[in-house]
Amino acid sequence: MNPMRRRNRLTRWLAVPALLLTLLALPAGAAEPAELMGKRLAACAACHGDEGRTVGEDYYPSIAGKPAGYLYNQLLSFREGRRQHTIMAGLLANLSDAYLGEIALYYAARPHASQPQMTGATPEQLALGERLTVLGDLERKIPPCQACHGEQLTGVVPMIPGLRGLPARYLDAQVGAWKNGVRHAREPDCMGKIARALKPEEITAVSAWLASQPYAVDAKPLDSLPNTMPMDCGVLP
Amino acid sequence: MKGRAIVLGSAIAAAFAFSIWLNKPDLDLEPLAPATLESPNLEQIKAGEYLVQIGNCVACHTDQGGAAFAGGRAVPTPFGEVYSSNLTSDDETGLGRWTNQDFYRAMRHGRSKDDRWLSPAFPYTSYTNLKREDSDAMFAWLQTLPPIKRVQTPDTLRFPYGTQLATRAWRALYFKPATTADIAAMDRGRYLVEGLGHCAACHTSRGALGGSRTGANYMGGEIGNLGWDALPLVPSKPMTDSEANELGQLLKTGINTHKAVAGPMSEVVFHSLQHLNDADLAAIVATLRALPPADAPPAARVPQVSPEQRQSLRARGKVVYAEHCADCHGDAGEGRANIYPALAGNANVNAVSATNALNLTLNGGFPPSTAGNPFPYGMPPFSQSLSRPDVAAVLTYIRSEWGNDAPAVSVVEVERR
Repeated sequence: MNPMRRRNRLTRWLAVPALLLTLLALPAGAAEPAELMGKRLAACAACHGDEGRTVGEDYYPSIAGKPAGYLYNQLLSFREGRRQHTIMAGLLANLSDAYLGEIALYYAARPHASQPQMTGATPEQLALGERLTVLGDLERKIPPCQACHGEQLTGVVPMIPGLRGLPARYLDAQVGAWKNGVRHAREPDCMGKIARALKPEEITAVSAWLASQPYAVDAKPLDSLPNTMPMDCGVLP
Repeated sequence: MKGRAIVLGSAIAAAFAFSIWLNKPDLDLEPLAPATLESPNLEQIKAGEYLVQIGNCVACHTDQGGAAFAGGRAVPTPFGEVYSSNLTSDDETGLGRWTNQDFYRAMRHGRSKDDRWLSPAFPYTSYTNLKREDSDAMFAWLQTLPPIKRVQTPDTLRFPYGTQLATRAWRALYFKPATTADIAAMDRGRYLVEGLGHCAACHTSRGALGGSRTGANYMGGEIGNLGWDALPLVPSKPMTDSEANELGQLLKTGINTHKAVAGPMSEVVFHSLQHLNDADLAAIVATLRALPPADAPPAARVPQVSPEQRQSLRARGKVVYAEHCADCHGDAGEGRANIYPALAGNANVNAVSATNALNLTLNGGFPPSTAGNPFPYGMPPFSQSLSRPDVAAVLTYIRSEWGNDAPAVSVVEVERR
């Protein structure tokens, strides 16, 4: 086993207790009534919409119905600078882990809603986007999106987000941020590797195709993936 | 020719005298008791943890997302950025090789183990009031932190502010170390406010060279380069008992019947003040209540708004307020007890400078999560949803309604942000 991989393994095992603590911390939240949480989180609704749904929004992602573990991890990342957004960091700076857990649970339990976006992408771009999403490019070690995000791209509880129903500009910016080293996930950072392997025009094509897809209202993150994942991802136990 | 030689000669002599003065031993400083080397007991370590919390050391000595107390956070000053140091027990980059005497010297005299004069961004002007036993307890607790290697980030101060000479000169102007007698004369409240709590670091305004403005004690003002103003701590009128209780609640939980803390104070409550025990909280409130009146800092320059412009801003502001603000802050700016702060009579709203009100309106914010208020209600950021003229209008309206009396906010002022 090469030393890099051994180190990755080690980091991964060290991350497991942290993640377990995270997930153990989460269920405590169910005590907070949703109606009160909605009022407390008016600051979030300003960009992410009422109950975390941004239908027809140009940039800000819908967060309703995303897996709680994923949302919690993103909140921590914004607070601690692994994801960079000045307003998010400012809002979260002095909120406790327990409150961030409550926020994640609240949005995870809200029903998702979105509509396919008209992105202005050409048929060639959409075809390229679809091919990469569904088949990947195995020669360049780019797995299909479906291999981890689920066949319907609805995500998997508790840590993998759905990809449908998100604005193309948001997807483009996130994968671009990974490619440029601005966004990070816990090592081994699988999305970072994939983003670096993708060309900018491929990122745009995938984002456009994903944003143009319909997303069933009752679609929910999967409970588990049918096959083992093609890559090592640090955020997963 | 002769004149030139005299000038040159005096310059050399002055430089020589200066270098002696710069490096002279701490002749003007009280000698400190030698280091005690026996290991601290558990009680002392517990006491130290509490004192480190009350000193809010973690806020400056932790970088965003970095290991607690390993330093590396940039402290913005008008002269450049100062980076905080590593307080963990690492031998090479932290305090691993320090003794409690070294630590007390840094706190009390602002001088590092290697004799460097420390930057006054580290508030030793307040910590000089610290008692030895408290400093020893803090050091004992810090030594229990696991060692984390993090090499000091060099400061980015503009020349000559980062030089030892400049720091030495600054000390001569602005720093008077406390004597043991000074420290012994302080009651608990003053000790916490003027010492460990280092309230003056933000709440006493600073002059052009970054020293506390004399006679302006606790009157608030611009905080370094943070982009926020500190509110005056000196009461504008005598505080009633119930107002004093509310002040205690604000410091402990971040919120009370009328007010919520915001901006950098939210961080102070989150990391530090929420941990105050009842006796210390009461002592701080009593001290703040009794603060003597002082001179207000020079008034911020406010862009002029003509009476006609003000009228039209107010008219538009009333509409914006009803649509975006009244749901939470109430039709008469009354707020809701322990949830939304009142805007009528609000100190941030009524400050001459609109800095804090603009920060909150554009970027939103949450009061801190505390044991007394674990899930606070947040203020939405309006930078996306309100136009710049509408922000100016609504702030002008709020600042001149319900008994509030602060200057109008011009569109230009909002656009400059």
